[in-house]
Amino acid sequence: MSQLPPLLRPLATVPSAGQGFWVLLRRDLTIGFRQRGDMVNPIVFFLIVVTMMPLGISPSAQTLSMLAPGLLWVIALLASLLSLDGLFRTDYEDGSLEQLIASPQPLYFLVLAKVLAHWLTIGLPLTIVAPLLGVLLSLPAQGYVPLWLSLFLGTGILSLIGAIGAALTVSLRKGGLLLSLIIMPLYVPVLIFGASAVRSAVEGLAIGGMLAILGAFLSAAIVLAPLAISGALKMSVQNS
Amino acid sequence: MAPALIELTNLHCERDQRVLFSGVNFSIEPGDIVQIEGPNGSGKTTLLRALTTLSPDYEGEIRWQGTSLVDSSADYYANLLFIGHFAGVKKTLTPRENLQWLSGLHQPADVTAIDHALHAVGLYGYEDMPGYQLSAGQQRRIALARLHLSTACVWVLDEPFTAIDHQGVSELETLLSTHARRGGVVILTTHQALSLSGVKSLNLTHYQPKFAATTAQQVCS
Repeated sequence: MSQLPPLLRPLATVPSAGQGFWVLLRRDLTIGFRQRGDMVNPIVFFLIVVTMMPLGISPSAQTLSMLAPGLLWVIALLASLLSLDGLFRTDYEDGSLEQLIASPQPLYFLVLAKVLAHWLTIGLPLTIVAPLLGVLLSLPAQGYVPLWLSLFLGTGILSLIGAIGAALTVSLRKGGLLLSLIIMPLYVPVLIFGASAVRSAVEGLAIGGMLAILGAFLSAAIVLAPLAISGALKMSVQNS
Repeated sequence: MAPALIELTNLHCERDQRVLFSGVNFSIEPGDIVQIEGPNGSGKTTLLRALTTLSPDYEGEIRWQGTSLVDSSADYYANLLFIGHFAGVKKTLTPRENLQWLSGLHQPADVTAIDHALHAVGLYGYEDMPGYQLSAGQQRRIALARLHLSTACVWVLDEPFTAIDHQGVSELETLLSTHARRGGVVILTTHQALSLSGVKSLNLTHYQPKFAATTAQQVCS
């Protein structure tokens, strides 16, 4: 039978990395909007914790406004952590992850598409509602725009870093605790700069520097995190 | 002589300090249908995963057109279609959406082509029904519809007949032999007896370490 010409296909006919990126982004957004419960969950958590705060600490506007920048940031961080465990879980369980790895597309851009979809369905909604919840904690007026800006940059970093942890623990039955232990230390710098940007704005100080550092974190994470995530995913799939 | 399309040289694989198979030498040419045989736990899936490069823990070498798989992986992936035990079908998505994303990574297919493929596997009328409302066999058929859309040369199929009815099995067999006649390659594992002619068999029990085989016999007797 060896006289048959093989059905080979030149590499050039493979769809470009950009096309692969859009295909996966569209798929994950469709899934995200069909399973709206998963999307709303972190926001509801955010809302519940914020409404509990005045009851637990003090209803006095003065005390709350002092604590608000830090509280809002810590709660937003925990809310995004809530959603991370499922980031690659279903893909791992139904074999999609194997399909992504054994496809002619570079895993780097596929991973970037998955993280972007996660940010659009979790991080961005959290960012949008955060200033509204600031009202409940009597955040002074000059803090709203900085809160919005710092969360906009910060939640992106949280999704990217969190995805590394999610990729490392995806093959474990109960990876939730390990996931938090791995990524919490990496979240600390983001929390420090994010919360202090809001606090500085409330105190009337310049915030440009803090936002610039968050921006630098985000750029570095966009470039480097997908490398770590794809490495970790390949490792998880190999060990299964 | 031109190198074989896929060549396995002295392949050896252990898992959890147990040798699964050792000394596998096999070459696969265009037009071959290769059935990997062996009892449960003999390493069939492990061998398929090695062939899809998903698992690199094996010794020996797999060559793709004469170059090591590790060096030619981009070219290999462009020519590979892998349907694993879990086939990557999303239950939240409809059959049509599933095929859109799965083929979008390899070769984008338009809606008409996708509907034709779904029709060919008997999912006509189910195109827009979410996956979780379909039966296990129907979900499996979504994955198998990819074979109708694929232009890949090498099809690696892990238990493709699971949950598929008699008629589906014979349709699938026809599809596989058509692919082989076009010059494609099919590598599959299945416990079913194939009613196809010219199937090359790769029986993993022949490559098991001798002492393991005797101990197994002693345990049985």
